[in-house]
Amino acid sequence: MKINIPTPLRAFTDKQATVEVNGATVQAGLDALVAAHPELKNHLFTSDGKLRSFVNVYLNDDDVRYLPAAEASAVSADDELTIIPSIAGGTGLSASRALCCR
Amino acid sequence: MKLHITQADYDALRTHGEETYPHECCGVLLGHAKDDGNHVSAIVRAGNTRTDSAHNRYNISPMELIKIQREGRKQGLDIVGFYHSHPDHPAMWSSTDFAEAHWFGCCYVITSVDKGKANLTNAFHLSGTTEDDKAFQQEEILITKAVGENA
Repeated sequence: MKINIPTPLRAFTDKQATVEVNGATVQAGLDALVAAHPELKNHLFTSDGKLRSFVNVYLNDDDVRYLPAAEASAVSADDELTIIPSIAGGTGLSASRALCCR
Repeated sequence: MKLHITQADYDALRTHGEETYPHECCGVLLGHAKDDGNHVSAIVRAGNTRTDSAHNRYNISPMELIKIQREGRKQGLDIVGFYHSHPDHPAMWSSTDFAEAHWFGCCYVITSVDKGKANLTNAFHLSGTTEDDKAFQQEEILITKAVGENA
């Protein structure tokens, strides 16, 4: 399967935007990705092995978290995984007090 | 490091903030990361999914982001940053912006929109490589006449 790497994580994939890996499930694909590029591990997973909350993984057009089998979902060689960190922000609820710059 | 952006794209992201006022606008900067900073070749408007609190929060759905990334790659472009507006608040990053920033190496552009009119626009480069060492660093916005020009 092909795994699309977002710009901030390409520093850990030798600048590759896509990485080809073998694996029968989403988890197997991610494991193969981390095996090939070990520095990615801490950026994708927490210490207990769960995907970080701000890291989204899509199997083609589906959010893996919402698939019935989640990371155990089966994948074929033609499938595409996309890792995409979340993008959000804003002034916040108490913006006038929360504004900061350090 | 500077953010290189055309006058047209710069104006367009500021106008976006005026159009969505009093809600926050958001969008994506496509282009190339170079040694002298991120060069913007195109901006893409995105929807703000935070309809529950759009006056002070923004969020781009991951699926929309993936579609923008796909379209960008067809043109040989990468995501090099994002923009959003701060309605009636300064063009400085907030604690919320910082906590939600995960695109290292990318530029976060913020425009203050005061009473419906775009005021200041600032750019902040997210440096670092992890959640522990990340930092926002303000960088100069270099307005170019055309994509690829230096000034």
